[in-house]
Amino acid sequence: MALAKHEPDVEQRDTGHTSKRKHAHFPYISLLLGLLSFTGMLVSICMIFLYAPMDAVQGEPQRIFYFHVPMAWLGMLGFGVVAAAGIGYLITKDERWDWAARASAELGAIFITLALVTGSIWGETIWGTWWTWDARLTTTLILWFIYISYLMLRSYLGRTPSSARAGAVLAIVGIIDVPIIYESVNWWRTLHPAQQVGVAGALPPSVVLTLMISLASFTLFYTFLMIQLYQLQRLQTLAQRLRAHLM
Amino acid sequence: MTFLEQVLAILWKDISCELRSKQTWMGMALFALLVLVIFNFAFDLRVDNKAAIAPGALWVAFVFASLLGLGRTIAAEREKGLMDRLLLCPVDRKAIYLAKLLGNLLFIGVVELVALPVFAALFNVPLFAGSLLPIVLLGTLGIASVGTLFSAIASATQARELLLPLLIFPLIVPVVIGAVRATGALMVPAANEPPWLGLITAFDVIFLSISMLTFEFVIEE
Amino acid sequence: MNHPYLEVTGLKKSYGFKPILRGIDLSVEPGQCMALLGANGAGKTTLLRILAALTSPGAGTVRIGGLDLARDAQQARRLVGFVAHQPYLYDELTALENLLFFGRMYSVRRCKERASVLLERVGLVKRAGERTSALSRGQAQRLALARALLHEPRLLLLDEPDTGLDEEGIALLETLLQEHRQAGGAVLLTTHHLERALQWSERIGLLSGGRLTYQSETGGLEAGSVREVYQEALR
Repeated sequence: MALAKHEPDVEQRDTGHTSKRKHAHFPYISLLLGLLSFTGMLVSICMIFLYAPMDAVQGEPQRIFYFHVPMAWLGMLGFGVVAAAGIGYLITKDERWDWAARASAELGAIFITLALVTGSIWGETIWGTWWTWDARLTTTLILWFIYISYLMLRSYLGRTPSSARAGAVLAIVGIIDVPIIYESVNWWRTLHPAQQVGVAGALPPSVVLTLMISLASFTLFYTFLMIQLYQLQRLQTLAQRLRAHLM
Repeated sequence: MTFLEQVLAILWKDISCELRSKQTWMGMALFALLVLVIFNFAFDLRVDNKAAIAPGALWVAFVFASLLGLGRTIAAEREKGLMDRLLLCPVDRKAIYLAKLLGNLLFIGVVELVALPVFAALFNVPLFAGSLLPIVLLGTLGIASVGTLFSAIASATQARELLLPLLIFPLIVPVVIGAVRATGALMVPAANEPPWLGLITAFDVIFLSISMLTFEFVIEE
Repeated sequence: MNHPYLEVTGLKKSYGFKPILRGIDLSVEPGQCMALLGANGAGKTTLLRILAALTSPGAGTVRIGGLDLARDAQQARRLVGFVAHQPYLYDELTALENLLFFGRMYSVRRCKERASVLLERVGLVKRAGERTSALSRGQAQRLALARALLHEPRLLLLDEPDTGLDEEGIALLETLLQEHRQAGGAVLLTTHHLERALQWSERIGLLSGGRLTYQSETGGLEAGSVREVYQEALR
C-alpha cells in the first residue's frame, strides 16, 4: 500500500499555447504586412490628395470620403471578425479564437470611432451641423454602442470561458442585428428626409480607383494590427496565468 | 414530458415562487400604481400635436417597464446556486429560455395592461379594433426575447443594472422604431408607410430563434 | 471484472487562472461506494460539480455509464443524482411540489406515485404539504435525498451528506445507500468523518491541493494508519 508523496507543485500548462514560442506568431507575415500596409498608406495618401479629382459640389472636404469609407468598412469587418471568432470559440472552446475576438473588438472599436468622427466632420462641412440622423451615420453610432457594450461586458466578466461565451453570443446577435438596424433606420429616414452624408450619383473611375486603393491599404493595415493585438492578448493571458500560479 | 410541458412546468414554478414570496405582490401593486401616476404627468400634454409625441411616450414607458421586468429576474438569478438546481436536470436549455421569456412577458404584460387603456382613452385609439394589440404584443416580444438572453449574461456581472440597458438598447432599435411608427400610423394613418409590423415580426422570429439557440452557452458554466 | 461505472481521467479545473483540480484519476465500479476526504477548499465540491455536469472541466475526461460527459452531458444527467451542500430545492414550494417539479424535469414516469413512495421512504409524509422553507435542516436534507433518488439514478454523488442529519437521518442515509448499491448503483461521496468513510465504502481517497494524494481499498485498512495521512493532509 503505497502512499503517494505530496509533491511540490509542478505546474501543468493548461493549453500550451501561451508559453511554447520564443517569439511572436507569424513573424514574417507580420513584417510583410507591415511593409505592405505602410507602402499602401503612403500611396493612398498621395492619391487622395494629388490624384483624386476635386468634387464639384462639396469641394476639398469631400476627400474625407476616402478615409471615412474604409474606416466604416473596417468597423463593420472588425465586428464580423469578432462574431466569426466567437462562433469559432463556441465550437472549439479553444481560447485562441477568443484572443482573436478580443483583438478585433478593440481594433474595430477604434476604427468605428474614427468613422464616426470623420463622418461627423464631413457632415459639418456639407450641412453645417456636427450631427445628422443620416441612415449610415446613425447605424455607425449604434454599432459603436454595440462595440462599447461588448468591451464593457468582457471587461466586467474577465478572462474566463463564460466571459468568452457571453462575448461570442453578444457578437453573434449584434452582427445579425446590424443590417436590420440599418434597414429600419433607412425606412425611418425616408419619412424625414434629412441631410445625407455621402457622395451622390455615379462615381468617376479615378474616384473609384482611389477609393479601392485606400480600402485595400486600410484593410492591410487592419490585418497587420490584428496580428499585433492577437499577440498582446496571448501575452496578457500568459501574464495572468503566471500571476495566478505565483499566488 | 414533452418540451412544451417542461416549459409550462418551469413557468408555473417561477410564478408560484414569485407569488408566494410576499415581496412580489407588494412590489407589483406599487409599481402598477406608479406607472399610472407617471403616465398621467407624461400624457398631460397641452400640445396640439399630441399624436406626434404620444406613440413615442408610450413606447418609452414600455421599454422602461420591460427593463424593470427583466431586472427583476436578474436580481434573483445568479444568487449562488439558484440556476444550478435547474441545470442539474436533463431539461432542455431551450425550455428554460422559453419559460423565462414567458415569465418576463407576463410581468411586463401586467404593466402594459394597466397603461394601455389609459393610452387608448386619452388618444382615442381603438384598443381592440385595429392592430394596436398585435403591435404591443410583437414589440414587447422583440424586446423581451433579446432581453431575456442578455439578462442571463448581465446577471453574472456586478454592474448588472447598468450593463443590461447598455447591452439591450442598441440591439432593439429596429423594434422601437417599428413599434413607435406603427403606433403612430394607427393614430394618424399615412400613405406609403413601410411595413413596420412586418419588420417587427421578422425581428421577433430571427432573434427569438437565435436567443433560444444560444441561451445554453450563456447559462451554463 | 466489471467496467467501472464512473471513470475519471486526468481531470483538471481552474477558476479564473487559479488551479483547483490538478489532475484527478479515479474510478468507481457499479455497486461500489467511494469516499473522498479532504480539507475544505481541497476541491471536493468542484469535483462533484463537474461529475454532476454543472461545470465543465478544464482538461481530462469523465465517463459515466460509458457516456462521455463532454459530448453527452444531457443523457449523463439522467443517470446522476446529486445531493449537494445546498439542498437544491425551492423554498416557496411544498415538499411534494418540489418532488413533482423535479420529477417533471427528469421526465419521471408516474411521477406522483414515485414522489409519495419516496416521501414515505425518507419519513416526510407528514410534511409533504409544508413549504420547504419551514423544514428543518435535517428534513430538507432528507428531501434533497428524495429528490436525488427520484429518477432512479445509477450514480449517486453526495457532498458531505452526513452533516445536518441526526442519528436517525444518518441511519436512513446508510440504508438508502446500501439499497442503491445492492441494485447495482455506484456511489461517490465526500465526508469529513473518517470512520464513517471506512465503514460505508469500498474505496477511499484523499484529496489535497487538487490532487488525489492517497487512494486505497478499505478492506483490511485500519483507521489509525489512515488517520495519520489524513491529519497530515489537513495541515
